[in-house]
Amino acid sequence: MSVVDVREAITEVHHEEWARVVASLTRRFGDLDIAEEAASEAFATAVERWPADGLPPNPGAWLTTTANRKAIDRIRRENKRDDKQREARMLYDDDPPEPLHAIDDERLRLIFTCCHPALAMEARVALTLRMVGGLTVAEIARAFLVQETAMGQRITRAKAKIKAARIPYRVPSAEDLPARVSGVLAVLFLVFNEGYLATGSDTDPVRHDLTAEAIRLTRLIRALMPDDGEVAGLLALTLLIEARRTARISASGELVTIDQQDRGAWDAALIGEGHRLVRERLAAGVAPGRYQILAAINAVHTSARDVRDTDWSQIVALYDQLVRLDPSPIVALNGAIAVAELDGPEVALAAVDRLEDKLAGYHAYHATRADLLRRLGRSQESRAAYDKAIELAGNTAEIAALTGRRDQLG
Amino acid sequence: MQYLISVIDDGAGLATPTEEADIDAFNDRLQAEGYWLFAGGLGSPDPATVIDNRGDETVFTDGPFVESKEYLAGFWIIEAADLDVALKLAAEGSKACNRKVEVRPFL
Repeated sequence: MSVVDVREAITEVHHEEWARVVASLTRRFGDLDIAEEAASEAFATAVERWPADGLPPNPGAWLTTTANRKAIDRIRRENKRDDKQREARMLYDDDPPEPLHAIDDERLRLIFTCCHPALAMEARVALTLRMVGGLTVAEIARAFLVQETAMGQRITRAKAKIKAARIPYRVPSAEDLPARVSGVLAVLFLVFNEGYLATGSDTDPVRHDLTAEAIRLTRLIRALMPDDGEVAGLLALTLLIEARRTARISASGELVTIDQQDRGAWDAALIGEGHRLVRERLAAGVAPGRYQILAAINAVHTSARDVRDTDWSQIVALYDQLVRLDPSPIVALNGAIAVAELDGPEVALAAVDRLEDKLAGYHAYHATRADLLRRLGRSQESRAAYDKAIELAGNTAEIAALTGRRDQLG
Repeated sequence: MQYLISVIDDGAGLATPTEEADIDAFNDRLQAEGYWLFAGGLGSPDPATVIDNRGDETVFTDGPFVESKEYLAGFWIIEAADLDVALKLAAEGSKACNRKVEVRPFL
């Protein structure tokens, strides 16, 4: 194996094994800090040794053993402190010991602990990317345009709260599970969305690293909870959006809306996988949650070879179903965009205008109004709405597209 | 693990008879199920006195140590296995006393 091959293999092993190593160490030593540090050291040792020694026959087992040794070394070093203090730092877990094959549950424990509702959303995101995703603090800081020291403190504070407030290291009980799974999915969808429509003037408009990581972690949760409809829904949704990634930005760096995209540039394999998941959920015959409905909407969009073939009545029906589940103004806004295709821009504009109170500070509200007003020939009002949307938008490619459309107004 | 559940009042004043009855029922439940350690209700912070005896002289200051619209109006101290249990009980406590509550672990 060449040095480059070994390096690639290490990256792959890191993706495959990081969460497993951290989770099993957390379970064994009852401490996220020890687990994270020992796992990092084990991977650093692998990077040092494997290029010369070659990959061990079972890299995952090698890493777990090495990390266990590192953790024990650290605990021995700290053993001078009294035992009671150390015991107080242990994460709490009153479940009976798991059988050996239940290793996957350890990763689930890790995910649920990192996404605990008592942690602030930004802390959950950071902790999940670090502990489950294995991203470095520097990578996470860069992803969210935060100073590395500030991101380090955010993660440290979250780990300290888990310890001090005794956030349990376990999979929630069946009665709490739906709410807690939806909390986990919210974290992953936030990571995905930040990659899909990145904010900030000095970042790429589409951050493939973040969308890919969100999909990778959603796949992991799907593997761990294969029967959960909303997990399948989020995976399908993100795959169907990710499939359109290369068509979303024009050569001149403008965001391209779905009706203008080159459909030949869509990723057929991702669309196929997304459609299979949506069909699987339909066949399950269980009332869908919001991610499943959003996935179905995206499945309808991606089923049309030409934008003119889009089944808008089906999309409007799906939005109606979604509004009943999630009566948020943003859902209503997106539903109105579909209504414009079915019933015309005038009907849609009336629906959008009703949302002004709630969405006046949201760029997409003004961008939608601007487009509808343009289609109705009300150029002056359209221009004012584009101005407002441009002022509020945070994504460079979207600002470029809005500016282009405004400047084309007669 | 012990947790302090603080009741935060933002101007509602003393508990109404319905709130009192709900708090009593919640207290009974805490005791029956073994979570109860202690609880108490506090009036408005107006009659508070702050004492500072760190220096040579004891200084008394009339009024609460922090002027704020929100104040501590009571508390529970509970024994719970972990934060999930404490959060659930705190949510019930908030419903019973009809006020916001805060959960903090003891050291």
